[in-house]
Amino acid sequence: MLGRFRVGYPGFTLDVDLFMPEKGVTALFGPSGSGKTTILRCMAGLERSTEGFLSVAGEVWQDEEHGIFLSTHKRPLGLVFQEASLFPHLSVLKNLQYGMKRAGNEKGERFEAMLDLLDIRSLLKRAPDSLSGGERQRVAIARALLTRPRLLLMDEPLAALDMRRKLEILPYLERLHNELSIPVVYVSHSLNEVTRLADHLVLIENGRATANGPLMDILARPDLSAAFAGETGAVLETTVAAREADGLTRLEFPGGKLYIAGDTYTPGNRLRCHIHASDISLALSARTDTSILNTLPATVAAVAETDTPGHALVQLRLMDGKTLLLARITERSRQALAITPGLTVIAQVKSVAILR
Amino acid sequence: MDSSSLTAICLTCKLATLTTMLLLLIGTPIAWWLANTRSRLKGPVGALVTLPLVLPPTVLGFYLLVSFGPHGFIGQAMDALNLQRLPFTFAGLVVASFLYSLPFVVQPIQNAFEAIGKRPLEAAASLRASPLDAFFSVALPLARPGFLVATVLGFAHTVGEFGVVLMIGGNIPGKTQVLSVKIFDYVENANYTQAHWLAGGMVFFSFMVLLLLYGSRKRTGWGW
Repeated sequence: MLGRFRVGYPGFTLDVDLFMPEKGVTALFGPSGSGKTTILRCMAGLERSTEGFLSVAGEVWQDEEHGIFLSTHKRPLGLVFQEASLFPHLSVLKNLQYGMKRAGNEKGERFEAMLDLLDIRSLLKRAPDSLSGGERQRVAIARALLTRPRLLLMDEPLAALDMRRKLEILPYLERLHNELSIPVVYVSHSLNEVTRLADHLVLIENGRATANGPLMDILARPDLSAAFAGETGAVLETTVAAREADGLTRLEFPGGKLYIAGDTYTPGNRLRCHIHASDISLALSARTDTSILNTLPATVAAVAETDTPGHALVQLRLMDGKTLLLARITERSRQALAITPGLTVIAQVKSVAILR
Repeated sequence: MDSSSLTAICLTCKLATLTTMLLLLIGTPIAWWLANTRSRLKGPVGALVTLPLVLPPTVLGFYLLVSFGPHGFIGQAMDALNLQRLPFTFAGLVVASFLYSLPFVVQPIQNAFEAIGKRPLEAAASLRASPLDAFFSVALPLARPGFLVATVLGFAHTVGEFGVVLMIGGNIPGKTQVLSVKIFDYVENANYTQAHWLAGGMVFFSFMVLLLLYGSRKRTGWGW
């Protein structure tokens, strides 16, 4: 999926080149007002950029050089807005059928599967006004998917929900992530949502795409820490290896292993973890006189400044030679330990955030 | 009530029904355009449509009479097309009533369209609905309360007009003599009994119309 949008608004210029994988979830991440939503609207054809190009699955939807611009209703896409935009004059069922009918789809197995996937079967006869925020958003997602889109665009679909509703709907999105075979573009300013859902990350700042790549690579880059602020840190894809007798679970990944508390994880399952840079401290030698359980030998790959004064960010490469972690230590400690690229250190992981 | 009063009532109903239908048909696209346009003409067109609301009916009637007449551009166009000139005809009354009641129909519909906002129409477009399809399947149903208000106001206002009718239509029984003019006629001839019947009927009718309107506003929570 290729996109290029260049358009000027009063006081704001959007100028982005995008490359996105044809499968999986691509997050457009950035602060409010950075232009994420405008990009999504350009992709949907709701805004027309003066200079622009967009091709999805080999089909050109916009090419201003050749005067090509498909109107929104001619693009096979699904669109989910921040606030569910269900039609208030139609029942949930009629809302679902609105797009299905126009896309030429009949009620069938797929319809039934969607009702189960998003758990909305019991809502069919209800009016949108009588649904909770989370229910409305689930119906909106189903309505979009029932048109059999070739691209699903989601504009901060959880931002208007309170924390409880968010937690209620996230598992559905994760299920979608696993079962959808179409690309999803997910706009969000919440790093937590992005790290849970995305595979690919495009960082948007001030109308420009400042970084674009696989989620794990982008999050492990020390030079981008300002964009992630206090949540800077690498994401690891691990496999649940075993539950141990003392209540701990062992996770394994190419660069080593981690122990986490809890015995509810099923061995063999994939588990995505976020290790915040501030939760890693460094030592020059392996120590046995410490309560810290998770220690990983690593080589210093890079050292960078942080946006917080007095700190340094250290990028670590684990022993598999590929997996990267980020550690935030004080500049004073860095100098005292003479941490420079190439040095072998022990990363002490104080806590691991389980994403999914 | 004598038969000439009944004729006036029938004529008034015919005029108001026809005018309201025309208003809805032509006023809806105008309201849609005013609600959605970013054109610089929005201000002038909006003001023009609202003008009959503030002008004395005699001013509107005067200019219509002049333009409908043998020297007016509409009058000359009618002559060229070999059609009957509009002054003192029922057709003239319909045209005059249409212009006179236009703001009462355009404004509630425009407000209703504006209240819907862009979002539902964008959602419809993302669900493969063409702009025309989205207008009929989403915008019209969502603007229904506005149409109710517009229909009631358009009809009632046409029934209630006097100045424009007198200037354009004159006072020809069965052709242009509507209710309000008929009452004026009775009063001039000191026929207070008949005037009472018609005037009282008008008060009752108008009250019922407003009652209906306020009742529906309360139910739907829709202002205009």
